Amino acid sequence: MRIEHYLHDAARRRPDHPALIVGEQHITYREVDELAGRLAHALRCRGIEPGDRVLVLFDNALETVVSLFGSLRAGAVFSIVNPTTKADKLAFMLNNCQARCLITRGRHLAVAAEAVRHAPSVSAVLVADAADLSDLPGAVAWKEALESASPDSATDAGIDLDLAMIGYTSGTTGLPKGVMLTHRNLLVAAQSIVRYLGNTPDDRLLCVLPLSFGYGLTQIFTSVLVGATVVLERSFAFPFAVLQKMARERVTGFALVPTIAAILVNMEKLPEEGLGSLRYITNAAAALPPAHIARLQTLFPAARIYSMYGQTECTRVCYLPPEQLAVRPGSVGKAIPNTEAYVVDEHGQRVGPGVVGELVVRGGHVMVGYWENPEATAEKLRPGRYPWERVLYTGDLFRTDEEGYLWFVSRKDDIIKTRGEKVSPKEVENVIYQLPGVKEAAVVGIPDPILGQAVKAVIVPVTEGCLKEKEVIGYCKEHLEDFMVPKVVEFRTELPKTDSGKIKRGAVEQAAQQP
Amino acid sequence: MSNDILGAVRRYVTDNFLYRGDGKTLTDDTSFLEIGLIDSTGVLELVAFLEETYRFKVADDEIVPDNLDSLRKIAAYVERKLAQSRPATGAA
Repeated sequence: MRIEHYLHDAARRRPDHPALIVGEQHITYREVDELAGRLAHALRCRGIEPGDRVLVLFDNALETVVSLFGSLRAGAVFSIVNPTTKADKLAFMLNNCQARCLITRGRHLAVAAEAVRHAPSVSAVLVADAADLSDLPGAVAWKEALESASPDSATDAGIDLDLAMIGYTSGTTGLPKGVMLTHRNLLVAAQSIVRYLGNTPDDRLLCVLPLSFGYGLTQIFTSVLVGATVVLERSFAFPFAVLQKMARERVTGFALVPTIAAILVNMEKLPEEGLGSLRYITNAAAALPPAHIARLQTLFPAARIYSMYGQTECTRVCYLPPEQLAVRPGSVGKAIPNTEAYVVDEHGQRVGPGVVGELVVRGGHVMVGYWENPEATAEKLRPGRYPWERVLYTGDLFRTDEEGYLWFVSRKDDIIKTRGEKVSPKEVENVIYQLPGVKEAAVVGIPDPILGQAVKAVIVPVTEGCLKEKEVIGYCKEHLEDFMVPKVVEFRTELPKTDSGKIKRGAVEQAAQQP
Repeated sequence: MSNDILGAVRRYVTDNFLYRGDGKTLTDDTSFLEIGLIDSTGVLELVAFLEETYRFKVADDEIVPDNLDSLRKIAAYVERKLAQSRPATGAA
């Protein structure tokens, strides 16, 4: 079975059940399935063939979900990218996967047009909410494309071994890598998650996390798998309003990251309507401080809290059964059902309790590799128990306790985690180096009570005073996604270096954390 | 007076959330949510700015789109808050 079959099945079983709640709009399974069918037809009419890549530059919206399912229905491979992605990086991704189609909305038209100019593989562009498409020759309006398409698309799109999506993830080299996930990868993960969260068709899941982020996208997959409802929000910018919406729509599941928790725990007032319907809260992307876990439990006494850990490369790795929070609130638990997760030394041998090593993951949810990047793939996917198997080396250091529960220790690399999103220091440095006046730059993470880590740039200017903090931040805003932009810029006369003259980011970080 | 507030808020938002080449036109009524101008940490910074500049406390349930989702809405919200804290006088 492929992912879009589950949507179709849910539409047959309970056609009038809400699949999505977006703003005040309730969109049924029948409606989403029909729209997906129309999009698939529209894509095929424009030359999109099975295996072709469709990039989606959109925030959390009905169109984003339709784009995902419509692409799969056409046998294509989708990739939802952060809507704040700028032209350079968008062009890189379009070229990297030789995308045939870009789907976006009017607000991103300038960025899209600029990127497509440098991405000759793109032959079809669909734009929603745009009055004037003259900047992008050949682009068609989403509404018209779907209205003129046939709602019925019966052709075989492929099998579950086919690629479903490419998830671009930041890496230490400064260039993002395309995580390739098949239908089967995503379904193994979703089925496992549904099992341990106990999802049912009556669940209403709040998704305020970006769909360009694996953890956000997973809310859609698990919901469609059981025929539940997703309340799709764009932003946690107005927390009180989101909580009111949750109460009004009787949300049962809330997926958050520590940044959201940090905002919640500081709130003095919660909506009067109450959130008694909330039966679970999940956390992933970064560790939830035990103090925040305790406060969340006080705010939402009826909710079970799940501390989890995962990565795009396999969707999810482990979760802590809520009963264990009282015993070991800092642990992220054990491998999700039907998967394995264990700690190994530098020779790949399993280690005993208390010993720090790299976490390795085994299961059908593990990616099939990075798109056209055999070196990076060989680093992460290595031989497993059987000769035909590949297991995932997470790149994170872990240990187990005496009862076999997993504890995150640290990343092996210097990727920064801010708001739960990965930021590659090198990627940000590369942008900063484009600025005239920058002699040397090092980007590090510094602790932040809300963000987890904040991005800090330390710059040695060509001449003292030739650059201002605001200039650097402004330039970064033009070229990087929002969450990658440095929060703080510091100017120094020199940076610590190794004997061979390489900047020692670790030493810069140490100095950065001093008061 | 309201133009001063609107101007001050426009300056703050432009300085902190827009950037050159943004392509985002910010009218007095542009919805921040619609154009994706501001996220949760940005709103917290905006609230801190309002509290420091106008010397009032913003309650959790006031951090809602009706009060903060456009320049005009913010200016109107600030005026309402300032009017609340002004001592009542006999004059109209």
